[in-house]
Amino acid sequence: MKTFLYIFCGAIVISVAYWAYKENYRTQASLRRVADLQQQIAAEREAISVLTAEWAYLNRPERLRDLVDLNYDELGLLPLMPEHFAEVELVSYPQVTIEANEISDPVSTSGRTAGPDKEFP
Amino acid sequence: MRTPLRPLARVLDAREKGENPDVIEAEERAIRNVKVQMKMRRRAESRLLVLGVFFFAAFMVVGARMATLAATEPREPVSTASIPQIANQRADIIDRNGEVLATNLATTALYAQPPLMVDPAAAAEGLAQIFPDLELEKLQKDFSGKRKFLWIKKKISPEQQQLVHDLGEPGLLFGPREMRLYPNGKLAAHILGGASFGKEGVNAAEVIGIAGVERYFDETLRDPAREGEPLQLSIDMTAQSAMRDVLAGGVKLMSAKGAGAILMDIHTGEILSMASLPDFDPNNRPRVLTQGDQSDSPLFNRASQGVYELGSTFKIFQAGINLDLGLVNENTMIDTKGPLKWGKFKIRDFHDYGKQLSVTDVIVKSSNIGTARMALTAGAGAQQEMLEKLGFFDAVPVELGEARKTRPLLPKRWSDISTMTISYGHGIAATPLHLATAYASMGNGGYKVKPTLIKQDGVQADREQIISKGTSDKLVKMLRAVVTRGTASFGEVKGYEVAGKTGSADKPKPSGGYYEDKVISTFASVFPASDPKYVLVVTLDEPSIVAHGEERRTAGWTAVPVSAEIVARLMPILGLRPNVASAGNVQYTAARN
Repeated sequence: MKTFLYIFCGAIVISVAYWAYKENYRTQASLRRVADLQQQIAAEREAISVLTAEWAYLNRPERLRDLVDLNYDELGLLPLMPEHFAEVELVSYPQVTIEANEISDPVSTSGRTAGPDKEFP
Repeated sequence: MRTPLRPLARVLDAREKGENPDVIEAEERAIRNVKVQMKMRRRAESRLLVLGVFFFAAFMVVGARMATLAATEPREPVSTASIPQIANQRADIIDRNGEVLATNLATTALYAQPPLMVDPAAAAEGLAQIFPDLELEKLQKDFSGKRKFLWIKKKISPEQQQLVHDLGEPGLLFGPREMRLYPNGKLAAHILGGASFGKEGVNAAEVIGIAGVERYFDETLRDPAREGEPLQLSIDMTAQSAMRDVLAGGVKLMSAKGAGAILMDIHTGEILSMASLPDFDPNNRPRVLTQGDQSDSPLFNRASQGVYELGSTFKIFQAGINLDLGLVNENTMIDTKGPLKWGKFKIRDFHDYGKQLSVTDVIVKSSNIGTARMALTAGAGAQQEMLEKLGFFDAVPVELGEARKTRPLLPKRWSDISTMTISYGHGIAATPLHLATAYASMGNGGYKVKPTLIKQDGVQADREQIISKGTSDKLVKMLRAVVTRGTASFGEVKGYEVAGKTGSADKPKPSGGYYEDKVISTFASVFPASDPKYVLVVTLDEPSIVAHGEERRTAGWTAVPVSAEIVARLMPILGLRPNVASAGNVQYTAARN
């Protein structure tokens, strides 16, 4: 009985020691991984800050204005001026003319629109 | 095998011989004792050996551990994951819409350790080729002399770093650096200020703000507790850019020496854009002038540092005092017969405006005599009280160190004649930012505003009321009349109901007296008049333009058209729609889809 107790205790000590040994190395591995990841994060952050700086530099109003001037023929962009604002009521909508003989189904005419070949007044 | 103490054979033998058999027993017992002793001794010896080996091993382990600890580099025990690294040494600065105004960039510093050099002469030559601004002779002297360490360049590009690397000189070394970058160049240069290196080491250098908000918020920007949270300014980058553009055009057209402009939110005091020309690139900040007038330096912010006599723009304050005290209403007739004599002084008007004008017309036609008479009625006390409340007695509390040091110039003795001249803006000098702040109070229903460069969340809760809402409304109507039928007719922008007052003041000579042909022309405005939202102050330094065959310098011909262009360009950017009803005859482009 005594012997069994000794063997049992010894087995427990060995297994706990093995567990502690393994945990220690796992912790160290995790810490190394965290350090690696943090280094990666730092590198990514640096890359992001370089990219934001470049983005801001490329989007600086001075450059955009020059590009707009250079590409005026293609884009036709102008500074937004007060004259460019208007009320919605002042926008003329196309009037659809429907010829009498076109109406074959009087019920659905309200939903019909003129084809692209139709001339709008 | 166990031997008996009294072996039968020997006992029988002894009995036969007549000997005592007890002796045999004693003999046997002695032999047995010796055996037991021997056994005990062996066991004790082996135990001692085991214990000795154990102690030896234990001490060896301790010794080995001590040896490894002594031989390895010291390192702090790491039991938890380290805290996240701070992204940047210095936080970014962004505009009100989140556009980047200032950020950091990783770069490299180049330094030399001549004792480590293999071929100092070749290194000096190579460096002189890569960096044309370095002097070959100086480098050769530095590398061959006694110096053990020297900085060569504080910031180099990756390409330059590669070229230096290719020299293959072990005595040329690189240190990591974080540098401040202003991607928009000259835009908002006076507001941002600039940054430079503080304490420098091989592995890092401190970046410190040296002017503008960079300096004012230096500690905030460097505070690690903020975790790199950017500083958000009230500036709108697009508006700032458009304002600078228009102002630069105005300066060129009016052949002015410089210009300043401020656009402010009339309720919150947020400065949406503030430009001063000439300006500079904060990435490459010019040196402070060591001689001459600092106001000629591009570093000088005309909008917040330039102390000028702002002329007739002050007349509206006198009208405000008299209206608020109930001394007059907008239609009360004021005597404008000139010249007004006071002791040995004579006050004249630009034109003769007849015997009398209504208060509104005094402002519209900008009559010095009329305003001076109103000042006499109200008295110096009321004037001082009002100007103090409007902030003309102190530096503007804006977040710029330079502006906080700029105090307005006031008369030493506030005599009656001072009261009269100050009523039309002479004998008192303030910055355009002071003027913008005061105009905000005139136009926003009478509340005091605190100009700020930091984005605000609505208006402050406990604003001080300086003038009544009724007075404010009347003043805006008067200012509107100045644009519709007065000196600022070029200031009209259809749909934006600009209301403002012109001011042209002769520049004072450093030797005393005033220049005949040099003016500061200012236009201060609030708009839209029906519900004022913004204040705009435009100041041109020594403008002149030839129009209708005459050289013109007054604000109506110079600052006002520039201001109108700024309103027309900036308001669509800031999303303020023109009031179509007030625009009346706006021509719409016929649109079809």
